[in-house]
Amino acid sequence: MTAAPPSPQLPLLWLDTLWVQVTGTVCNIACKHCFISCGPKVTTHQIMPLGDVVQALDDGIAAGMRSVWYTGGEPFLHPQILSLVDAALARAPLGILTNAMLIDDDMAAELGERFRTAPYNLELRVSLDGCTEAANDHVRGRGVFAQTTAAIRRLAREGLEPVLAVSILDGTDAGDRQALVDLVRDLGVRRPRIKWIPAFRIGREERRRGGRAYQSWEQLTAEEVTAPDAPHRLQCGTSRMVTSQGVFPCPILINEPDRRMGDRLADALRPCAVDHKACYTCWVEAFSCAV
Amino acid sequence: MRGVIGAPPPPLPELAGDYGRVAVFGGAYNNWAAVTAVVADARRRGAEAVWFLGDVGGFGPLPDRTCEVLRELDLPVVQGNYDDSVGNDAHDCACGYTDPRDNHYAQISYDYTLAHTHRDHKRWLAAMPTEARIRVGGKTLHLCHGSPRRVNEFLWESTTPAGFVGHLCDQWEAHAILCTHTGIHWERRLTDGRGVINVGAVGRPANDGRREVWYALLDASTGRLDTTFVPVAYDWEAVVAAMRAEGLPEAFVETLATGWWTTCLEALPARERHHGRH
Repeated sequence: MTAAPPSPQLPLLWLDTLWVQVTGTVCNIACKHCFISCGPKVTTHQIMPLGDVVQALDDGIAAGMRSVWYTGGEPFLHPQILSLVDAALARAPLGILTNAMLIDDDMAAELGERFRTAPYNLELRVSLDGCTEAANDHVRGRGVFAQTTAAIRRLAREGLEPVLAVSILDGTDAGDRQALVDLVRDLGVRRPRIKWIPAFRIGREERRRGGRAYQSWEQLTAEEVTAPDAPHRLQCGTSRMVTSQGVFPCPILINEPDRRMGDRLADALRPCAVDHKACYTCWVEAFSCAV
Repeated sequence: MRGVIGAPPPPLPELAGDYGRVAVFGGAYNNWAAVTAVVADARRRGAEAVWFLGDVGGFGPLPDRTCEVLRELDLPVVQGNYDDSVGNDAHDCACGYTDPRDNHYAQISYDYTLAHTHRDHKRWLAAMPTEARIRVGGKTLHLCHGSPRRVNEFLWESTTPAGFVGHLCDQWEAHAILCTHTGIHWERRLTDGRGVINVGAVGRPANDGRREVWYALLDASTGRLDTTFVPVAYDWEAVVAAMRAEGLPEAFVETLATGWWTTCLEALPARERHHGRH
C-alpha cells in the first residue's frame, strides 16, 4: 500500500485580513443555507470575550495586518459590540458581516458617528438573499426581510451605505442585479453595491432542499495550488480566522477540526492545506469573504 | 518578494539620489499639461529633483505627448502598472479594479492608450525600474507605485492603519514609503516620524471639487522630513479639448472640469467615497 500524497499547501503571503468570529456560531436566525450551521442555540463556537478579541487584534497588529472583519453568527448579538467596534477601529479599518436585524435607530446612530469620525474605514456588509420577502425569507426565515430592509434604511440615513451580500443558491431566485440595486436605492442607499456569495456546499447548505453536497470532482489539483497566483486568488493566502476554538485558515472551514492551525494567530502564520472541497469554490469563483 | 512571511528578503535597490528637498508626483494619465505645470512649480520651489512614480497613460488624450514631455524632462521614474501593461502590450491595465463599471471605463482608457502609444515609447515604459530608494535629509525613502509589495495595491488613507505603516517601514528598511496609484494624496506618520506618503496623482483632480492637481514636496531643512502637498493649476481646458477631439467619454471630461471623479469609483473605500460627489 502506498502512502497518500501530501496535501497541497498554500503559503501565507502576508496578513491582509484578520477575521474574528466575535459571536461564534451564535446567531439570531438559522438560515437554511448557512455553511457553518449557525443559529440561536448553536454554540459549536462560543461568543468571544472582549479581552480575547483585543488580544487577537493586537496579535494581528504584530503580524502586520491591514484590516479586520468581524463575523459570527451575528456580531450584533455580542453584549459589548460597540466596545469591539471601537477596539478594532482604534487599530485598523473594520468590516462587519451582519444580517442587520438588531441595528435599531440608536445603534445606527452610534455606527454612523464612528463611520464619520474614526481614524479608519468602517464597512458593513448586510446579508439579504432576495429582493422580495418571499425569496429572502424562504431561506433566511420569516420576518427577516422586513427587519433587514428597515435596518438598511436606518444605516443609509446615517450615511453608512452597506454592501448587500447576496447568496447564489441552486433552486432559489434572489433577483437580478438591477432589481437588487433598485431595492437598496429605494431604501435610501445612494451608491448601491452588491457582493455575490457562492454556495459553499457544507453545513446546512449541504442538506438544504434544492442544495447539494460537493461532488468528487470538485477538488483543487496540485497544479492549481502551486500556480504563482494561487496565494492571491485564494483568501487563505492573505488572511486568517480567529475563533473561540482557535485559529483557522478562513471563515468557511471553522467546523473542520483538522483545519485548526493553533491557539493563537502566531501559530497560524504558516502555509495551510487547501484540499477541502470548499476550497474549490473559492478557486473557481475567485471568491474572498473580505473584498 | 520582500514582505512575504517566512521568505528571505531579497536585496533592496541601491540609493539613486541624496537630496535636501525633492518633489514627487504620480499618475500622469496622459495629462501632459498637468505634468508640465507640476514640474515647473516644483523647480520654482527649489526641488533638487522631481521623481515620477508611474502610470504615464490612461484616462486622458494623446499618450505620446505625455511620453515626450516626460522623456524630454528626463525625470527619474518608477514603473506603474499601466506602464508595465502598455509597455508589454498586455490585454488590460491591471489597475486592480473588481467592479464591472470600474473595469468598463478602465478598459476604454486602456484600449485607447495602448492603440495610440508609439512603439518606441512602449520600450521606454517596459524598461522602467519597479522601485527606487533615495535619501532626503539623511533619511532613506522607498519609492514604489502601489505599495512596495504589489504594484497595484491601493494604499488609501482610511485603509492603511498605523500598525501596517510601521510593518511596511520595517520590512523595507525605510523611514518612509512613497507611493501613488490611488489618485488621492495623504500621509500617515508614526510618533517616531516614519510613515507612508501617498503623493497622489497629477493626471486628474483628487475628487475634492477642485480642478488643481497635487504633488508632494519633501523638505529636510528643519531636521525633520516635512511633507507639503502642493496644488497646481494647469491648462485643463486644453486637455479637455483634446479629449473631446479624440472621442473620449464625456464622463472623463467632467472629472477634469469639476474636480469630482465620475468613474473608477467603486475601488474607493466607503469613507473616501463619502467625501466625493458621486
